[in-house]
Amino acid sequence: MGSLPFFLPLAELEVGQHLYWQLGNLRLHGQVFMTSWIVIGALLALVVVGTRKMERDPRGVQNLLEFLWDYIRDLARTQIGEKAYRDWMPFIGTLFLFIFVSNWGGALVPWRLIKLPSGELGAPTADINTTVALALLVSLSYFYAGLSRKGLRYFEYYVHPTPIMLPFKIVEDFTKPLSLSFRLFGNILADELVVAVLVFLVPLILPVPVMFLGLFTSAIQALIFATLAAYYIGEAVEEHH
Amino acid sequence: MSSLFLFGATEGGLFDFDATLPLMAVQVVLLTFILNALFFRPVGKVVEEREEYVITSRAEAKERLAQVTRLQADLKDQLKQARQEAQKLINEAEQDSDKLYREALALATTEANASREAARREIDSQRDSALTQLNTDSEKLGALIIERLLAAQ
Repeated sequence: MGSLPFFLPLAELEVGQHLYWQLGNLRLHGQVFMTSWIVIGALLALVVVGTRKMERDPRGVQNLLEFLWDYIRDLARTQIGEKAYRDWMPFIGTLFLFIFVSNWGGALVPWRLIKLPSGELGAPTADINTTVALALLVSLSYFYAGLSRKGLRYFEYYVHPTPIMLPFKIVEDFTKPLSLSFRLFGNILADELVVAVLVFLVPLILPVPVMFLGLFTSAIQALIFATLAAYYIGEAVEEHH
Repeated sequence: MSSLFLFGATEGGLFDFDATLPLMAVQVVLLTFILNALFFRPVGKVVEEREEYVITSRAEAKERLAQVTRLQADLKDQLKQARQEAQKLINEAEQDSDKLYREALALATTEANASREAARREIDSQRDSALTQLNTDSEKLGALIIERLLAAQ
């Protein structure tokens, strides 16, 4: 049993329990995939509905999509810069939308009502696998962004002001994905745990403000993740002389 | 791929890494491409087309405004000129009528003078003739009186 040693009266609180799926000799966390497919499905449905009949005078869902697009463009443009932001906008935007919808889905949808044989449904971002996957994608992309734009000159960045920076910059390459993934994972999981504990202890009223706080944190975490990802990419493609 | 992290027990745990990680990464990459095709590209196209449309319409409107001001100034100019010309015409007409009036007045005055003169001359001559007539008549009468008186004696 790998669940946390939560003994208190939290018998119903399942932490670190997973619904395992076996795929060949690979083991998957089924509940994470199930919720992530719902999240992806919701995103795709929104996008398909909103872009079905686009006009110059936007109406209905198109307004929302254009607002999101504009928001993501501004985010990418301020962090990455005018020259390269177009290439990376879809990636940043996907990160933002996926994390945002995951977090809010985790906080708003009463997953608890669906019983699983093991583990429980929740935000996909409350699973370390998801956040590490996202963070590693960010790492790969900023390396790719730097190398594809500047070639081997990218590595000048490591000794940029002075060669003394070299070890710090190398350490940064490890701390960036680590902090990205753990920040998101920790915040979302902690929020779910706090709400679950409060609901367990005081089922009425008291959890509501915490839930609102959770929504706020969720949105902020999505924004932080996307902004930092864009910032890392921007740092990699930036030309310094 | 088994979990060898902090809470790493053989199964489960918060830090249970397994094939979820790479599959989730693949999923997100796929989602990026799908959203790029379904969302970022089409919406971007619409938004940028609209931005372009706004910019060009704005430039056009500005151009038209400039044209309007130019036309306005032009028309103002023309109006001013027309006014000046009208003023000139009025002045000329006034002068013309004045001249005509003076000429007519002068003509009438001279005519009146001439007819007056003629009348006076006529009166004079008639008076003269009347006077001479009167004289001859009186002389004739005188002579007649004298004849009669003399005859009676």
